[in-house]
Amino acid sequence: MDWTSPSGQRVALAIRTAGAWFVALLLFFPILFMVVTSFKTELQAIAVPSVWFFTPTLDNFTHVQERSDYFLYAKNSLITSVLSTVIGLAIAAPAAYSMAFFPTKKTKNLLMWMLSTKMMPAVGALLPIYVMAQTTHLLDTKTALVIVFMLSNLPLMVWMLYSNYKDIPPDILEAARMDGASIAGEFRYVVLPLSMGGLASTGLLCLVLAWNEAFWSLNLTAANAGTLAALIASYSSPEGLFWAKLSAASVLAIAPIVVFGWFSQKQLVQGLTFGAVK
Amino acid sequence: MRSLARLLLVPAVGSLFLWMIVPLVMTIYFSLINYNLMQPGDHPWIGLQNYEFFVTDPSFGTAILNTLLLLGSVIAITVVFGVLIAMLVNEPFPGQGIVRVLLISPFFVMPTVNALLWKHMMMNPIYGVLAQLWRAVGLTPVDWLSDLPLFSVIIMVAWQWLPFAILIFITSLQSMNREQLEAARMDGANYFQQFRFLVLPHLGRSISVVVMIEMIFLLSTFAEISTTTGGGPGDASTNITYLIFKQALLGFDVGVASAGALFAVVMANIVAAFLIRLVGKNMER
Repeated sequence: MDWTSPSGQRVALAIRTAGAWFVALLLFFPILFMVVTSFKTELQAIAVPSVWFFTPTLDNFTHVQERSDYFLYAKNSLITSVLSTVIGLAIAAPAAYSMAFFPTKKTKNLLMWMLSTKMMPAVGALLPIYVMAQTTHLLDTKTALVIVFMLSNLPLMVWMLYSNYKDIPPDILEAARMDGASIAGEFRYVVLPLSMGGLASTGLLCLVLAWNEAFWSLNLTAANAGTLAALIASYSSPEGLFWAKLSAASVLAIAPIVVFGWFSQKQLVQGLTFGAVK
Repeated sequence: MRSLARLLLVPAVGSLFLWMIVPLVMTIYFSLINYNLMQPGDHPWIGLQNYEFFVTDPSFGTAILNTLLLLGSVIAITVVFGVLIAMLVNEPFPGQGIVRVLLISPFFVMPTVNALLWKHMMMNPIYGVLAQLWRAVGLTPVDWLSDLPLFSVIIMVAWQWLPFAILIFITSLQSMNREQLEAARMDGANYFQQFRFLVLPHLGRSISVVVMIEMIFLLSTFAEISTTTGGGPGDASTNITYLIFKQALLGFDVGVASAGALFAVVMANIVAAFLIRLVGKNMER
């Protein structure tokens, strides 16, 4: 077949379209299945073969709210992820600025050291952090989670902002300095406006990471400050198959961040690649 | 101005330093004493016994192997399929926007949900979707989590990270020089040659980014294991992170868990040193 002829090109496009849709639906299928299951009764949920046409019910969702107060957990997730991100950015941005525009011989090592703290398995710090949280009475509080999320995302934030600032032409800063701009003025009026995109993508990523964080929220919280990740874990009890309720709880837990992710995927990529992929 | 710039570093570097050093010192201390939560009383100094215990634990070798297998397989799967899928969806076709949204979605699913979703609805040997599929083609359904535990965990983690790789590769492909590709085509380069000599070199940098980020996150895979197999059966799906967790919270042995944690820190640093080379080479271009 001649792929360059008009009819050949049409066939090629049809094959590509079919292939792409097939792969996309295949990868999305588990999520779709879960969303569909959340509207079934428990009996329909475990029916073999799977039921695809049924009268949807909202019982599972009301059950989740009644059994475990979804909104409390959602509120905790929202507060901890937003606060940890905002505070983290406020600490990371000045550091990244300093490293990008006033580099020393040690800057590279400093950056690598920061990244290496991110690579340390959280479980290594679990016992000390647990003990510290206990002695400061921060166990099962949002404060503890905000601090922990912020610190564990801080290295990534510094890295991303650093690579973002590196893209700002130094001449612009030179010019601002010639005009007598102070360091605060330079940051406020030159660097910040030029790096809004980087700041946004860094923030978005850390928001997603904090929202989905499971290790610390499972180990440091209980009924009071639990996040949605902890709520879901409480539905993983082995006894009985409550797929419909589990699905409803899962859908409620991931819906906000998945929808949020759809809208911000372009920004996210820029941040995630440390500006290395243009 | 320079000293003021130094000052701006203090909050970030200081807090990270504390975040690292305080737990580290405490962990080192715990690792040298006999500290079991189930044995009240003194915590006598026992030197390196905890280390010996952790390293000679029969699960230890398995856990290292599993950690590396998990890391290697997921990276291989996501990079290979990521490149292929990114190339498939790169050129415009009907519904491209929706396809991209569908493809990226698994990345935003939280690990606990990911694990439960696969454990129950996909991999259940009786009611699961995969079992139905197996029966439909006349095969005996597989009891995934009991018979192929590590492979099951690899599937879950790869499902989560494949979208991430796809997204990065799409972004990278879009900046490819079209005229160059066109010229190669004119000169009679076939698809394979175009891929080998133009596309792949162009993707080099983004591949190293994907490898780096996945290494950071996959080294400490936890939720997917704890919510599904619990490291089992036996140690079949226990990685280093989970082994330490088992010692600490299931065995109540703070001393041994701390020794294990220090071991994990050393391992992380070896990987970090490896990464510095990789990143240093590829990101500076």
